Amino acid sequence: MTNHWIDIRNSDIILIMGSNAAENHPISFRYILEAREKGAKLISVDPRFTRTSASADLYAPLRSGTDIAFLGGMINYIIENKLYQSEYLLLNTNATFLVKPDFKMPGELDGLFSGYDAKKRRYDKSSWGFQRDSRGVPKSDPSMSDPNSVLQLLKKQFSRYDLQTVSSITGTPQEKLTEVYKIYGSSGQAGRAATIMYAMGWTQHTVGTQNIRTMAIIQLLLGNIGIAGGGVNALRGESNVQGSTDHCLLFHILPGYLPTPKSSWNDLATYIKKSTPTTNDPESANWWSNRNKYIVSLLRAHFDSNLTAAEDFGYELLPKLDDGQNASWLMLFDRMFRGDIRGFFAWGQNPACSGSNANKVRDALAKLDWLVSVNLFDNETASFWKGPGVDSASIDTEVFFLPAAVSFEKEGSITNSGRWAQWRYQAVAPLGNSRHDSAMMNELYYRVAELYRQEGGAFPDPITRLSWDYGFKGIDGKIQHLDIHAVAKEINGYFLADKVVKGKQFKKGDLVPSFAFLQADGSTSSGNWLYCQSYNGSGNNMARRSLKDPSGIGLYPEWSWCWPVNRRILYNRASVDATGTPLDKRRPVIWWTGTKWKGDVPDGGWKPLDQAGTKKPFIMLPDGVASIFGAKMKEGPFPEHYEPLESPIAKNPLSGTRVNPAIKRFYEDGKLPVDIFYTDDKRFPFVATTYRVTEHWQTGVMSRNTPWLLEMQPQSFVELSPELAGELSIKNGEWVEIASGRGKVDAVAIVTKRFQPFKVQGKTVHQVGLPWCYGWTTPNVGDSANLLTPTIGDANTMIPETKAFMVNVKKRG
Amino acid sequence: MARKAFMIDSSRCTACRSCQVACKQWNKLPADAAINWGSYENPPSLTAHLYNKIEFIEKEQDGKFKWLFLNQRCLHCGEAGCLKVCPSTGALFRTEEGLIGFNKDKCISCKYCVNGCPFDVPRYDAQGKITKCHGCIDRVAAGLQPACVKACPTGSLKFGDRDKLISEAELTGLKLYGDKALSGLGAMYLLEEKPQEYRLAENPNIPQSIFLWKDVIKPLGILGFWGAIGAVMLHYVTVGPKRPDEDDSSNQNQGGEKHE
Repeated sequence: MTNHWIDIRNSDIILIMGSNAAENHPISFRYILEAREKGAKLISVDPRFTRTSASADLYAPLRSGTDIAFLGGMINYIIENKLYQSEYLLLNTNATFLVKPDFKMPGELDGLFSGYDAKKRRYDKSSWGFQRDSRGVPKSDPSMSDPNSVLQLLKKQFSRYDLQTVSSITGTPQEKLTEVYKIYGSSGQAGRAATIMYAMGWTQHTVGTQNIRTMAIIQLLLGNIGIAGGGVNALRGESNVQGSTDHCLLFHILPGYLPTPKSSWNDLATYIKKSTPTTNDPESANWWSNRNKYIVSLLRAHFDSNLTAAEDFGYELLPKLDDGQNASWLMLFDRMFRGDIRGFFAWGQNPACSGSNANKVRDALAKLDWLVSVNLFDNETASFWKGPGVDSASIDTEVFFLPAAVSFEKEGSITNSGRWAQWRYQAVAPLGNSRHDSAMMNELYYRVAELYRQEGGAFPDPITRLSWDYGFKGIDGKIQHLDIHAVAKEINGYFLADKVVKGKQFKKGDLVPSFAFLQADGSTSSGNWLYCQSYNGSGNNMARRSLKDPSGIGLYPEWSWCWPVNRRILYNRASVDATGTPLDKRRPVIWWTGTKWKGDVPDGGWKPLDQAGTKKPFIMLPDGVASIFGAKMKEGPFPEHYEPLESPIAKNPLSGTRVNPAIKRFYEDGKLPVDIFYTDDKRFPFVATTYRVTEHWQTGVMSRNTPWLLEMQPQSFVELSPELAGELSIKNGEWVEIASGRGKVDAVAIVTKRFQPFKVQGKTVHQVGLPWCYGWTTPNVGDSANLLTPTIGDANTMIPETKAFMVNVKKRG
Repeated sequence: MARKAFMIDSSRCTACRSCQVACKQWNKLPADAAINWGSYENPPSLTAHLYNKIEFIEKEQDGKFKWLFLNQRCLHCGEAGCLKVCPSTGALFRTEEGLIGFNKDKCISCKYCVNGCPFDVPRYDAQGKITKCHGCIDRVAAGLQPACVKACPTGSLKFGDRDKLISEAELTGLKLYGDKALSGLGAMYLLEEKPQEYRLAENPNIPQSIFLWKDVIKPLGILGFWGAIGAVMLHYVTVGPKRPDEDDSSNQNQGGEKHE
């Protein structure tokens, strides 16, 4: 979230699209309802009428996988009706920048941008850049009328997304589109705030990243970024998934969003050079120019502090990706399926149900030599070897099950969607022999290190030279009880030598006050620069519980702690004009007193934009402004509608380019029958999507084992319209079979008007939906909907496309 | 003591069903074995182990589709049919806060309260004893909120001084249900639609026969009840046991029986 949960109460318009907050983020409705009490409008856009839609002022249906068309139509509406905020665009975005004249767009190139290499399925982005002056700073046209200006190009790109075209793609009635556009577009007026709450309904598509980009563009056009009640807000699907992402859950980043080194980046100097963005604009803060301080401090936290600068502080001990390697989820399981991976820790996860194309995942597990499942309960991954249709005798995988403590049994921090790191305490001791995750890791560390000492090995140093200083050591030199506070302090960081920084004297062993004090010379450590300040000289800031709210807009600056540097609303310097006066007088986030900023922690402390020595407001980007033109994307600097891999229509109504041209194709390239897909195929005529329900949690391992929750949603179901049920002679409450090209599941039919047939390209398209929270280890509940979903991912993130695929539904024979 | 009550604002309900689970947790109620019968609404009706539940009602009106949610439970009527008919003193009782509690030790399993309830609330457990929402009288006596109210994330469920809740409710512009009916319900609703849309009687009342019971027969006291039992025994001795009816549809409204 750029903003945070409580801030939703400041919104005048709340769009819930690509998420189902009432069902999957129920607490958010406390704040949504507060906003509504003050007159806010709630809009729900979803293929299905959900519990969120039930609370909404306006509901609009759309066919799964057509969000860019829907939102592209909104961009067109905003520009046509001049609802955008020119002054905001001028100060805060690249809307004024001039793009190179040889840049071409899908309207001209049949769905492609200039530079596409069909063989490599990749873009040469050389035409995607800006025209630059002699200093190398992008040229701009403040009037935004130059045909090569970003705003004019945006206008041209989305002029193709007229109401009729959009409606024929999305299946949304035109009057509903207009209604949504009109209400949402009204937030372009100063003093009106609109927010977007999205989740996996947007990300889990082959165009997932561009779905969010489209909305980000809308939010920038309307001046909704940086203000209270605005922002682009990802509702994270687990209580601590934000924390795990911050601390490098993903393969391509180290903690604090530092890039994972590539194998060709031989030494620390090369890493810093290759991974540090540069700018020639003197008004750009280019905050990532501090990369060297953050990576060095990370190395100092990870590894033996006796490692010297000459030894690159242990840089060579970091794991590295092969050049060009993608090690995302789909790739891992593809390689596992091909027998390239010998061992696997399924730690707090259940890929046999959560992984797209779960049959492939289940088969892949059988190729392992060993599998460790760390979980609260038995689950479909741990017991894959005795699953339905599995010949246990033929499986050689050795499976270990480690029982884990639940959240109430352990102390530590969790970071919510609003970036708040909140400290929690242990309520009860772990049951039986279940243990805290950190206790298991502690044990693993000692045992693996001991094996290296006894037996040697190819490259022991990444383990044996780890710094492991998390508590009191016994006579055997081992930590018996790992102190989670020591971990939290290491994440914050220490001074490793006496040092004067910014005129302040620090002693060896002092906690670093904040990331502004981190050093590149090895004198500081920090396990995650973004969390530097979370646990410092003032104590464990994550444990703060003060209800003071001097802002009056619900920032609660002394309740827990949030990254970065306790800034509650990101990009908040876009909430003021060039003089530092808030655009929204009723709900000011920050304001300039003449000598300093007040309110929230500003994005960098520089003076307002009309004063000498200022820096542009989007400090994390090299150009200093937000990207309406975003050349970093794999499939284009502007979003463009492409059909899902599996779709009910043969052609993309907008162009001859059917699917995202930059996605990795598994079936065509890998030749594995298990990756097959069927598009516009009579055998699989219905659009399907998957979702979660309030009553179950993720794959249901916790909730299916909680009888009170299973009682409320006892069995897998498929929702379908009365029209489709009529065509298929399916009665409400009867068991039916749902099949895709990759698998089959049984589910109870819920026949409901909450699903309506769509009119797409003049033909009737039916959509169905089913939850993925069930699994065979719970008797008589059905199995995961991910047995149906395809092996395909987003072009940028490789998140699987589980939210739009094709199925057949039939009565059970 | 001022009368306490629940205010159930259906416009704020998102059907998360925290109330269902919190109630089970506090009252140590087991889960019922359930199947999906083509609805999210599970279990489909109150049971001896389910004191409150959310009804999911799909409606299409003037081309506009609606999904209504209503928390169903004992409404703790001011004039309570169950209390009136209960022949066993103390099996059902009214607390000083105005809530209607029950004491299973004193319940004689007559099930008269089932017929006396205009809202189809009382259920009987496997031992044949009355169960229903008792307003968490144990928590309330200790100054706590009922478990369902504590768990409600949206403020759809409120509990407090009845008069205060009513005056707050009048500010919402929603339809207030139950402020006057049956001498004032102890659990009132704020509705966006007419009561019938939520399967609520517009003017709930206690069956006339109940008044006959209360005003004519019950004053004779428990003696009258035992007299009736005596008459039944006499009937048994002289005529023989009752044979079950072939078609038992008249028992469809016997509350918890059908779910046990």
